[in-house]
Amino acid sequence: MHAAPYGTSVTRFRDAAGPARLTGGLDPLLLLAALGLMGCSVYTITQATQADIPGDPHFFVIRQVAFGAIGLVLMLLISRVDYSRLREWKAGLYGLLIGLIVVVYATGSVARGSKRAIALPFFQLQTSELGKVLLILALSAFVVDRMRRLQEKETTSRIMLLALFPAMLVVAQPDLGSGLVYMSIALAILFVAGTKWTHFAALGAIAAVAIVTVMVAAPAMGVQLLKPYQMDRLTAFVNPQENPAEQGYQQSQSLVAVGAGGKTGRGDQATQTRLDFLPEHHTDFVFSVVGEEFGFMGAALVLSLYALLIWRCLRILTVSKNLYGTLVAAGITAMFMHQVFINVGMTIGIMPITGVTLPLMSYGGSSVIVTFMALGLLQSIHAQARETAFGKGRELAL
Amino acid sequence: MYMDDDGRRPSLTPQLALRVAVVGGVALMAFALIFFRLWYLQVLSGDKYRAEANDNRVREIKVQAPRGEIVDRNGKVLVNNRTGLAVRVTPDKLPKDGAGRHRLYNRLGRVLSLPAGRIQKSVDRQLKALPYSPATVKQDVPSQLVYYLFEHQEEFPGVTVEQVFLREYPHHQIGAHLFGTVGEITKEQKGDDRYRGVGLGDRVGQSGIEYQYDRFLRGRNGASRVQVDALGNLRGQLRNVRPQQGRQLRLSLDLDVQKAGQAALGGAAGAFVVMNVNDGSVLGLGSSPSFDPNQFSKVLRPSDYKRLTSKENGEPIVNRAIQSAYPTGSTFKLITASASLMGGLITPDTVQYDGGSLKVGAQTFKNAGGAVNGPVALRKALSVSSDVFFYRLGQEANGHGDGLLIQKWAHRLGIGRKTGIDLPGEAKGLIPSPSYRNKGFRHYQRCVKKLKPTPQQIAEGKCGFLDRPWSVGDNVNFSVGQGDLAADPLQMAVAYASVANGGKIVRPRLGQRIEDSSGRPLQELEAPPKRNSGVKPEFRQAILDGLRSAASDPGGTSATVFKGFKIPVAGKTGTAQKGGARADQSWYVALAPYPSPKYVVAVTFEQGGFGAETAAPAARKILAQLFGVSQNGPVQGGSAPN
Repeated sequence: MHAAPYGTSVTRFRDAAGPARLTGGLDPLLLLAALGLMGCSVYTITQATQADIPGDPHFFVIRQVAFGAIGLVLMLLISRVDYSRLREWKAGLYGLLIGLIVVVYATGSVARGSKRAIALPFFQLQTSELGKVLLILALSAFVVDRMRRLQEKETTSRIMLLALFPAMLVVAQPDLGSGLVYMSIALAILFVAGTKWTHFAALGAIAAVAIVTVMVAAPAMGVQLLKPYQMDRLTAFVNPQENPAEQGYQQSQSLVAVGAGGKTGRGDQATQTRLDFLPEHHTDFVFSVVGEEFGFMGAALVLSLYALLIWRCLRILTVSKNLYGTLVAAGITAMFMHQVFINVGMTIGIMPITGVTLPLMSYGGSSVIVTFMALGLLQSIHAQARETAFGKGRELAL
Repeated sequence: MYMDDDGRRPSLTPQLALRVAVVGGVALMAFALIFFRLWYLQVLSGDKYRAEANDNRVREIKVQAPRGEIVDRNGKVLVNNRTGLAVRVTPDKLPKDGAGRHRLYNRLGRVLSLPAGRIQKSVDRQLKALPYSPATVKQDVPSQLVYYLFEHQEEFPGVTVEQVFLREYPHHQIGAHLFGTVGEITKEQKGDDRYRGVGLGDRVGQSGIEYQYDRFLRGRNGASRVQVDALGNLRGQLRNVRPQQGRQLRLSLDLDVQKAGQAALGGAAGAFVVMNVNDGSVLGLGSSPSFDPNQFSKVLRPSDYKRLTSKENGEPIVNRAIQSAYPTGSTFKLITASASLMGGLITPDTVQYDGGSLKVGAQTFKNAGGAVNGPVALRKALSVSSDVFFYRLGQEANGHGDGLLIQKWAHRLGIGRKTGIDLPGEAKGLIPSPSYRNKGFRHYQRCVKKLKPTPQQIAEGKCGFLDRPWSVGDNVNFSVGQGDLAADPLQMAVAYASVANGGKIVRPRLGQRIEDSSGRPLQELEAPPKRNSGVKPEFRQAILDGLRSAASDPGGTSATVFKGFKIPVAGKTGTAQKGGARADQSWYVALAPYPSPKYVVAVTFEQGGFGAETAAPAARKILAQLFGVSQNGPVQGGSAPN
């Protein structure tokens, strides 16, 4: 075991010469991936939404750029803070998470039939988005606290219940997509922390029973736990042609859009997007727009940026100076992976429609800003690790 | 794994490395899955999805092609097109709920002055037949109404106004029975090879010439390809395919002859045919009473339809020249003569004594008007229309061989069968025969036995009129065109033509030539004669001479009618009794100019009395127009009996 002093000070770090100076301790590749995705997002939204609001072709793109800028500033600020402090405020963070979700019920505005957001002067704050980061920070802290008793069933069930509670609240908003993200985050944190395989097997069994109960048994007994449209979304992807009018329609149109893009895209001829056949083309289905407008090449570029992003997440996870950072990074990684694979999978017909945004690509203030906050945490973990390593006289490999 | 309370972790433990590797592996697999899926969708199936995307956005709006015009032999326009405005409803824009639709139909009905119920019924019927294409509410609406609809568009969801081509008949009643109607293709027709390439909602010929020559007359519709968005709003024009008008059809009809013929009928129930004897081309074919076909261009009102088909109005819709068969009276003698000559009953010079009547069994058959003609041979018998001469032939034929000599020759000359004219809906008519009559009588007997009708019901024909079996008397009646015989003017014209054209049984023809819109010929429509009558040339000549004598020699039945007429005519009168108090059917069939006739004119009036009184003068008027000769003052009606 290492006994070297870990408490390195910021002053020492600043005094030091080296490559860290250039980026202020930030991970340049992670930053590159984020900026690249943001650029893709702005360009795609410019192309896709120019005719959406008559007389104001730049309505969405101007806002998206503003959200990106705010997010970027927030990311830089957060990266300068030692995330480890947040561990002490775990109860507060968890309380804030629950509180924000509950507040939505009281004051929230209704968007497309769901009550998800609090109206702020500048934009609609979707608390379930912000909740993702809060949950990551709180759950990671709880897990670190119970690290010695990690192998106990009680730990696993407590952590899962801590995640399940806000997840259920969010699903009831109804925002099924975010609820599922919460569960993925919890599982990833437990998994990386080292929870026993048998626990995951048990959780898998419970999940299977739950799914059967919610989707088959309860409806058969006349109890609808999910809203009918949520049910349709979850089942429509199996056979989109069967239900072409409603949920199947979105997925069919998305498939047609992506497929029609071909190798190099249709550019201005992207009629699925431009003539509104593709619903939600600047938010949930933005990847279909990429597929149609820029083809396989464009989609591959975006996916490569996500691959880069996830690789850097995993890398930062491994170099973290402490377990808390590792678990926070694991949660964030899980959040990104979940959203990217579910969202992209949904647009190409291999995943159900659960209504999650594509991080950084989808239009929307809450999503963009919260994603940048998560990236800020990752950068903080990276910066702290680098400082620590520097203190130990080691150069951190990228 | 040891950790202090701060959760500090020295470095990457093997366990963490494994778990991170698992997460990374999951990510790798997911990326691989997505890439393969994208490759499949975009690179392998890109064309398919691109086609689907285009299907989504491109709507083809049909641009109706005008039908070809129909002109007479001199190029005078008989049928052309005009544009009209049609009010239609588009099914997918209609209110979804029944009540909303009902309100719409009510509003529309007030504007178009149609009962809402009828609109609903008509729209439902059309949408049932063709679910996705617009249904026509009213075919030809004035433009003020259209402006009103445009100004109040939001009150009329799903209602559109389209420009359509409608048939126009500049000569109104002239030739009305020939052209037929145009209407949307029916479901049954859609499967027919005849209509290959015709789309749903396209209009095709449904009757008459329009039906017969639809293949040429219908144009090729154009299309306007437009781009629409997901809500169906127009978002730009793509490409236009111009509609192509149908071919022009030139008929052998002569507008002036047709006019003269219809004028000669003068509104009385009857029909006329003017035909070239050599090639069967029809110069005039008309029926009276007539109607104005322009009313078919609009959506026909039930009351109009009733008027066109009611017996009280004389059923104007019926084309009596080819669809109504009548006993022909003495005009049939040409056929009896041909049969008797060919059957060896007589030679052209065999003299028989006409004492004014002939006793057959218990029946006595008299000459019309009680005339006594003395000794007559064939020519004289035709000239003065000696009934007794032909009665005797009818009697002899009944005992000759199988007794069907006249029936057989009537059939060969085209009686009792369709002439094959290029008009649909021809009637066959009837040649009376023992088997026909006996079969009918058996039915009559069964009917009387079973239903026990009152004498009044029998008189009304409840069990048919065949109240006795065939007897020799029937053949005697048949020989002079009385009794059950039923033939139409066109059949008679064909039979008469064969005497003048070397024995050819022609196939009457209205269509002459297919032309482009500027009148350049594209295709001649030819109709080879169906067969040869088989009547020997010397017999034909004898008959023709007899017909000439009838129209020219003193004592000839129509000599007075054609007195002073510049063109030498050969012709035969006919007066058929129809039983009861009904006036006689009047006939005249003329061949001119003698001795080598070029045209045959057949005229009949349902209630004309003696052939020489009405039909022959009408034929003279037609011949005068045909040959361009003046009428030389008022035409005298002959008064001589047949």
